[in-house]
Amino acid sequence: MTFDLSQPAGLMGALGPDIVLMVGAMALMLFAAWRPESDAHQRTVGYASIGIIGLTAVAIAVYVLRHAAASAPGGIIAVDGFRWAADGVFLLGAAATIALGIESNPRDRVYTAESHVLVLFATSGMMIMGAARDLMIVFLGVELMSIAVYVLAGINRGSEKSAEGALKYFLLGAFSTAFLLYGIALIYGATGTTNFAAIGERITRFQVAGHGMLLIGIGLLLVGFAFKVAAVPFHMWAPDVYEGAPTPITAYMAASVKAAAFAMFLRVWIEAFSILDVAWLSPVWWVAAATMLVGNLVALSQRNIKRMLAYSSIVHGGYLLVAVAAGTATGASAFLFYAVAYTLATFGAFAVVNVMSRPGTTGAAISDFDGLWTARPWLAAAFGVCMLALLGFPIFGGAGFFAKWYVLQAALTSPHPLIALSVVLVLTSVVSAGYYLHVVRVMFMRPRPDGAPEPARLTPLTRLVLVGSVSLLLILGLFPGSLATWARHHAVDTPLASRNPFVRVPID
Amino acid sequence: MQSLMASIGYNGWILTTLLLIPLAGAVTLVAQARASGHADPEARMAAARRTALMFFVVEAVLSLGLWWSVDYVSADWQAAVSVPWIPAWGIHYHVGVDGIAVILILLTTCLMPLTVLGSWTSVREKPHAFYALLLLLTTGMLGVFMSLDLVLFYVFWELMLVPMYLIIGIWGGQRRLYASLKFFLFTMLGSLLMLVAILYIGFKTGAGAGAPVFDYDQLVAAGNYSTTAATWLFVAFFLAFAVKVPMWPFHTWLPDAHVEAPTAGSVVLASIMLKMGTFGFVRFALPLFPSAATTPAVRSAVIVLAVIGIVYGALVSMVQPDFKKLVAYSSVSHLGFVMLGIFAFTTQGMQGALLVNVNHGISTGALFLLIGMIYERRHTRLIADFGGLAKVMPMFAVMLSIVAMSSIGVPGTNGFVGEFLVLLGAFRTQPIAATIAATVVVFAAVYLLWALQRIIYNPLTKPENASLKDLNWRELGLLVPLVAGIVWLGVYPAPILNRTHAAATRVVVQMGGVAESNGATQSEGGR
Repeated sequence: MTFDLSQPAGLMGALGPDIVLMVGAMALMLFAAWRPESDAHQRTVGYASIGIIGLTAVAIAVYVLRHAAASAPGGIIAVDGFRWAADGVFLLGAAATIALGIESNPRDRVYTAESHVLVLFATSGMMIMGAARDLMIVFLGVELMSIAVYVLAGINRGSEKSAEGALKYFLLGAFSTAFLLYGIALIYGATGTTNFAAIGERITRFQVAGHGMLLIGIGLLLVGFAFKVAAVPFHMWAPDVYEGAPTPITAYMAASVKAAAFAMFLRVWIEAFSILDVAWLSPVWWVAAATMLVGNLVALSQRNIKRMLAYSSIVHGGYLLVAVAAGTATGASAFLFYAVAYTLATFGAFAVVNVMSRPGTTGAAISDFDGLWTARPWLAAAFGVCMLALLGFPIFGGAGFFAKWYVLQAALTSPHPLIALSVVLVLTSVVSAGYYLHVVRVMFMRPRPDGAPEPARLTPLTRLVLVGSVSLLLILGLFPGSLATWARHHAVDTPLASRNPFVRVPID
Repeated sequence: MQSLMASIGYNGWILTTLLLIPLAGAVTLVAQARASGHADPEARMAAARRTALMFFVVEAVLSLGLWWSVDYVSADWQAAVSVPWIPAWGIHYHVGVDGIAVILILLTTCLMPLTVLGSWTSVREKPHAFYALLLLLTTGMLGVFMSLDLVLFYVFWELMLVPMYLIIGIWGGQRRLYASLKFFLFTMLGSLLMLVAILYIGFKTGAGAGAPVFDYDQLVAAGNYSTTAATWLFVAFFLAFAVKVPMWPFHTWLPDAHVEAPTAGSVVLASIMLKMGTFGFVRFALPLFPSAATTPAVRSAVIVLAVIGIVYGALVSMVQPDFKKLVAYSSVSHLGFVMLGIFAFTTQGMQGALLVNVNHGISTGALFLLIGMIYERRHTRLIADFGGLAKVMPMFAVMLSIVAMSSIGVPGTNGFVGEFLVLLGAFRTQPIAATIAATVVVFAAVYLLWALQRIIYNPLTKPENASLKDLNWRELGLLVPLVAGIVWLGVYPAPILNRTHAAATRVVVQMGGVAESNGATQSEGGR
C-alpha cells in the first residue's frame, strides 16, 4: 500500500503510537496534579502510566500489522522496522522504570505522582528520536526527552545528592544541546537541508564531502551525541547524576536514554553520512576506544554499587559505539540486540540495588552485598546473572554474551573491518571482569558480617521486574535465534551504502 | 558388544545424554537443597553427596559404552549429532567424537565419581551447591571434548569457568579470593581473544555463503588465510590454550588455583581441565592453522616454551615446602611433555602426548586425592610437618608410593610409557629438545622421591603424626581403580594406543609430519 507522509493524514497515521502516548501522558499529568501527593495517588498514576505504555505498544502493533509492507523513503519520519523495534525497547524500559518506581518512591519519600508521567514524556521524546529523519525532528526529540529526564534526576527533593546531580546534568545537558544545535546549523549551512536522505544526496551533488563547515558540523554533532551517551571524554556528569537520582530513574538513564541516543545516531550516521564514513570513523573509533578503556579502569575502583554501574553503563556506551563505528545495517541490528539484552540486565541489576539500598541513602556500598548468598541465595544468584550478563559471559550471563558477539560481528564484517577495535573491546572486557566479578565474589565468597541488616523483602512489582529480566536473559542466552532474526529484520536500511565511494575491499 | 550398542541406537543419543545427565543432577540438587532447608547439616551433606554420586555413577556407566561402540579407524565423526542452534548465525549444536575425544571423555566420566568420594567428608558448607557446581562443570568439560562447532566449543569452554571459579572461591583455602580471580582472569583473557579469532574465521569463511560458518570440518577444509592473518589467528588460539595447558610463562595462575582449591577442585583442575589446553591444540589450533603452526619460527618458539616448562616445573617442584604446590608445579613439567609430543608432529609423539594426558590425569588426580586425605587428618600440607607416616599409615604409604612411581615414570607404570613415546617421537624431529627433556626426567625422580622420603620414611618425630588413622575403606576403594589404571596402562597400553592411532595420525598428516602405521606404534607401545 502506498503511503504518503507529506499528507497530514499519512503523517498522523505514522505518528499514531506517539500521539497515543503523548495524549495519554498529558491527560494523566492533569489527573496527577488533581489530587494532593500521597502514596495511594502515586500508585494509581503509576499503574495508569503502565496502562498507557501498554496502549502505545498496542498502537504500534496495530500499525505494524496494517502497514507491514509499507515503506516510505524520505520524509521526516521513518516508518521502518528499526523505529518500531527501538520503540519496543524504550517502552520495555519505561514500563520497568515505572514498575520499580511505584514501589521505591515511598521508600525515598517521593510522593510526586508526576514522576511516572515524566517517564512517559521522556519516552515519547525517545520514540521521536528513534523515528527522526530530519535534524530538526532529532532536536525536538532530544529536548523532549532531556528536559523530562533533568526533572526526573532531581525528583527526590529531599536529597542533596539528587539536587546536585540534577543541576549538573541540566547544566551540562544544556551545554551539549548547544553543540548539537550548532552542529545542525553548520550542516544545514553546508548542504542547505536538514533531511537525512537529502543531506546524503547533496553531499555528493554539491561535492562538499571535504568541506570544513560540514566536517565541523559533524564533529559538533558527535560531541552533542557523546554527551548524551556519556562517552569519554564527555562522561564526567554521569556518575554523580546516576548516584544521586532515584534508583529506577538511574536504570532508566543507563538503559533507555542511552538506547534512544544510539538509535538516533545510528540513523543519522547510516542514512545521512554513510558516504562520509572516512570522516567520522576515526573520531568515533577513538571515542569508542577511550570510552571502553577509561570507563573500565575507573569502574574498578568504585565502592558504591550505583557509581560502579554508572561507569559500567559508560563502558557499554563504548561497546555500542563499536557497532556505530561499523556503520552498517549489521551495526544497527547489533545495537537492537544489544539494547534488549542490556536493558534487561540493567533493570535486573537495579531492581536488586533498589532492594539492597537502605532508605534515605543513595544506593548501596558494594560491601553491603557481603555474603548475600547466605542470607538470600536467589537474590544473590539473580544479581550474579545480571553481572555476568553485563560482562558478556555465555550461558550464565544469558543473552549478554550474544549481544557482545553481535557487536563483534558488526565490527568484523564492516566494509572496513575493525579488528583492532574488536581486540580493544575484548581486552577491556577482561578488565571489566575485575569489577563485575568483584560483586559476585563479595556475594558468594565473603561471610555475611555479623549484624548486617536483613535485606528488604522483594515487593511484587520489583520481583516481577527482576524475575522477568533474569529469566528472559537466560532464555535468550540459550535460544538467541529469534531475537537475532528480529534484530536483523529491523535494521536501518543503508540507502547510500551501494554508492559509497569509500568502501574499501576487506583486508586480511 | 558393538551389535548390542547398535541395537539400542547407543551412538545416536549417548553424547547428548552425557551432557544432560549432569545438568539434571545439578537441578535435582538445587531442588533438594530447597526441600531440605533446615535439616541437620550432617544429613544435608549425606543427602547431597549421595545424589551427586548417583548421577556421576550413572554418567560413568553409560559412557563406558563408548569404549566399544565407536569406530576408531573411520575418518568420520562418531556418535555425531548436528542440529541447528542459531540458524541466523550459522551456529549448530554439533557434537561428535574420535579416538582422542573418547579417551578424554572416559577419563572425565570415570574420575568424577572418585572425586565425589574423595570429598565425601570434607565439604560441610553448602554441600548441595558444591556438588551442583561440580556437575555443571562436568557438562562443560564433556562439551569441550565433543564440540564440533566452534561457537558451541567456546560456550562450553566458558561454561567450565564459572563453576570452577566458585568452587575455588567458596570452598577454597586461605587465599581463595585471590586465586579464584586470578584463575578467572587468566583464562578469560586468553579465551576472549580466541573468540575474536573464531568470529573472524567464521565470517571470512562464510562471506560468500551469506551466513557465517562455524562448522569444524568446513573451517578446516576452507582454511586458506594469508600468512600474517594465519599467524595472528594462531596466536589468539595459542594464548587461550597455552594459559589452560599451562605453558610457561602463562602458568602462574596454576599453583595458586591448585593449592587454594578444595580437594575435588584440585583433582578436576589437574586431571581434566588441564587437558583442555592440549586437547584444544590437537583439535583446533593445529588443524585450523596448519601453515602457521608449522612455520619454523612458531614451532620452535612453542617447543622452546614446552622445554622451559619441563625444566622449570621440575626445578621449582624440588624446592616447594607445600606438597600440594609441589604437585601443582610438577603438572607444568608434565604438560610440557605433552606439548613437546604434540609439536613433534609425529604419530608416536602425538599418541605419547595423549597418553601422558591420561596418565597425568590418573596419577596427579590420585596425588591430590592422597594429599586431601592427609590434609583432612592433619590440616597441613607442609612436607616438613610429616615424617614416618609409613609406620602409622601403611596403606597410605603404599598408595602414595605407587602413585609417585607413576608420576616419576618408572617402567611398569603408565607414566613411563607415555613419556617414552613422547621422547621417541620428539627425537625424530626435535633431537635437541628431546635430549633436554629426557635428562630432566631425572629431576622428577628427585623431587618426588625426596618428598616421599620426608613424608613417609623419615623417623616419626612429630607426636601429632603418631595417632593418625590409616586409610578407611572408602578411601582405599576410590584409590584402587586409579592404581589399577596405573598398572594396566603401564603394562598393556595397546587398547588406548589402538584407539587413538587413527585420530592422531590424521592430525599429524594435516601438519605434514611423520606418520607411522599402527603396527609400529603398537609394538613400541606394548613394551
